[in-house]
Amino acid sequence: MRTRGVLPGFRLTMGYTSLYLGLLVLVPLSALLFKAGSMGPVEFWRVVTHPRTLAAYRLTFGASALSAIINAVMGLLLAWVLVRYRFFGKSIVDAIVDLPFALPTAVAGIAMTTAYTENGWLGAPLARLGIQVAFAPLGIVVVLTFVGLPFVVRTVQPVLEELDPDLEEAAAVLGATRWQAFRLVVLPTLVPPLLTGFTLAFARAVGEYGSVVFISGNMPMRTEIAPLLIVTKLEQYDYAGATAIAVMLLGTSFVILLAINALGRWSQRAHV
Amino acid sequence: MPALPHLLKKLIPGLGVLLLAAWGMAACKERSGSAATSVTKDIELLNVSYDPTRELFVAINEAFAKQWKTKTGQRVKIKQSHGGSGKQARAVIDGLEADVVTLALAHDVDSIADRAKLIAPDWQNRLPGHAAPYTSTIAFLVRKGNPKGIHDWSDLVKPGVRVITPNPKTSGAARWNYLAAWGFVLKSELGDMAAAHRAEKAGELAAAERKARAFMVALFKNVPVLDSGARGATTTFTNRGIGDVLINWENEILLATQQMGDGFEMVMPPTSIRAEPAVSVVDKNVDKHGTRAAAEAYLQFLYSDEGQAIGVKHHYRPQAAAPGAARRESDFPQVELFTLEDVAESWRAAQKTHFDDGGVFDQIYEPQSR
Repeated sequence: MRTRGVLPGFRLTMGYTSLYLGLLVLVPLSALLFKAGSMGPVEFWRVVTHPRTLAAYRLTFGASALSAIINAVMGLLLAWVLVRYRFFGKSIVDAIVDLPFALPTAVAGIAMTTAYTENGWLGAPLARLGIQVAFAPLGIVVVLTFVGLPFVVRTVQPVLEELDPDLEEAAAVLGATRWQAFRLVVLPTLVPPLLTGFTLAFARAVGEYGSVVFISGNMPMRTEIAPLLIVTKLEQYDYAGATAIAVMLLGTSFVILLAINALGRWSQRAHV
Repeated sequence: MPALPHLLKKLIPGLGVLLLAAWGMAACKERSGSAATSVTKDIELLNVSYDPTRELFVAINEAFAKQWKTKTGQRVKIKQSHGGSGKQARAVIDGLEADVVTLALAHDVDSIADRAKLIAPDWQNRLPGHAAPYTSTIAFLVRKGNPKGIHDWSDLVKPGVRVITPNPKTSGAARWNYLAAWGFVLKSELGDMAAAHRAEKAGELAAAERKARAFMVALFKNVPVLDSGARGATTTFTNRGIGDVLINWENEILLATQQMGDGFEMVMPPTSIRAEPAVSVVDKNVDKHGTRAAAEAYLQFLYSDEGQAIGVKHHYRPQAAAPGAARRESDFPQVELFTLEDVAESWRAAQKTHFDDGGVFDQIYEPQSR
C-alpha cells in the first residue's frame, strides 16, 4: 500500500474523500462527543452503566443481531429464489423486497402493530398459542427484520446472478451431491455479500427508532430500546445524558462493524 | 482498497438525510424571516400547543380573528402547531418562534422560561388562575358495560385489570394521571388534603407517601404499554383494543365517547385532580415580531365569555374566575377536585420528586436502585 500506485489521482480522490467524510460524518459526530464531554467522566460512566441503560443496550444490540441473522438466512433464500427460478409475478416479488426502504418507518410500525396485537389478524392466532408479539421483545425483532429485509437480498442477488451455474454442474460431474455443491462451491462465494448485507441490516436495526416505538410498548428495563432512551432524555432536557448514551451506542456499533468487516476480509482470504 | 467504495455505499443514506435536513433548515429560516417582516398590515401569530387542543383552537382562532378585526381593523392569522407538550416546549427552546405557548402543564412553560429565558419568570402571575384559562381533570374510559367494574382509583390496582396510561417522562397528560393517582392515596390516607402541607403532620405525611409509592408500583404493574403521548394511548385503547381502562384528560375522553359512540363509556372517579394547562406569551419572540398586543389580547380572549363558551363546547372546564364559571362547571360530571399544590408544592417540586431521573417513577421500574 505504501508503494506508489500505478493508478494516478490518489491524492485528489483521497482529499475529496476525507473532506466528504469529514463534513458529513466526522464534524457532526465530534460535536456529539464534545457535548458528551460537557459532563465529567464519572457522570458519563454513571449514565452509560445505569441498569436501565444497560438493559436498553442489551435489547437494542440483541434484537438487532437476531433480526440481522434472520435476514441473512431468509434473504439468502429470497435472493436464491429470485435469481434461480422463473415464475409468474417474479418482478412483483422483486419490487416487494424494496418496499421496506420506501415505506416511512412509522407507517411500518403502525401497520405491524395493528397486525400483531392480540386482536390483530396475525396477533390473535398467535396469542391463542400463548405467543405475544406486539408490546414484547419479539415484536421489536419482527419490525427490525422488516426494515432490514432488503439489505441481504440486494447484496447477495447480483453476486448470485454472476455466479456461473457451470461451476455447480462441474461439481456434480465430479461426483458432488447437490448439498455439497451448494455448501462447497456456491456458499463460499456468497459469504462476503452475505456479511455485507448482514452488517447493513444490523447497523440499520441498531439506529431504528420510528417503527420500534409503536410495537415495543416502551416498558423500562423490558422493551425500551436505546434510541428511545435517548429521546426520553431529550424530552427531559438532559442533552448531556442523551449524548452520552448515543456516544456509547455509536462506539459499540463502530467496534462491531469493524469486527464484521475484518471477518469479511479474513473469510475472503481464506476461501479465494 | 475495497473498503472505500464499501464505506461510500454505507454513507449514501446518511448523505440523503443530511441534505434533507439542511434543506429543511433553510426552508424554516426563510419562513420565519418572512413572518418577522410582515408586521405592517396583516399580522401572524404562531400558537404552539399540545396534542388534544387542535379542535379547540381552530374554533378559538376563528372567533378571535373576527373580534380583533372589528376592534382594530387589523387582520390576524393564527397558525397552530400541536404535539406532545414536552416536545413542543423543546421545539420552542430550540428556536421555533412561537408567539404564544398553550401547553399541557406549567412545568413545560417553566422550562422555556428557565432554559431559554424566552419568557419572564413570573409568567404565571400575569394571567388569572395560574395562567390557566381553561381547566380539565383526569377521568377513566372503560369498555361498554364496564366489565371489570372500574369506579375508583383503587380499582386500577386490582389484579387482572390492565391500565393504559402514557409515559410520564414524555407526556404531560401522563404526569397529570400519575399525580391524580398519587393524590388519591394521599387524600384517602390523610382525609383533608391541606394536611399535606402542615409541617406538624410530617410523620403522617411520610406514612401516606409510603402508601402512595406502593400504590404506584401496583398501578404500573398493571400497565402493559407506555405510549409516548396521550393520543397514542387513546389509540392503543380504542383502536387496538388493549387494556380495560384508559386514564386520560376528561376532554379527550368526552371527545372519544362522542366520536366512537358505542363500545366505550366514561367513568368519573369520586376524586381527581384539577388539571391546569398553562398559557403564556413568549416575550422575546413577540417583541422581536412586534406582535405583543395581539398575542396578549389572544390569551385574554380565552378568558372572555365567548372564549370560555368555546372551551366548554370542546369539553374543557371553565376557569373559576371567569364569568359564568359555576353555571358552566355544573354541566360537567360531578367530581371532588384537589389541586396540584395539594399533592406537591409546585410543578418544579413534582418534577424533581417524581419524574426526573432517579425519581419515584424511575424507582418503580428499577427496584435495584433503592
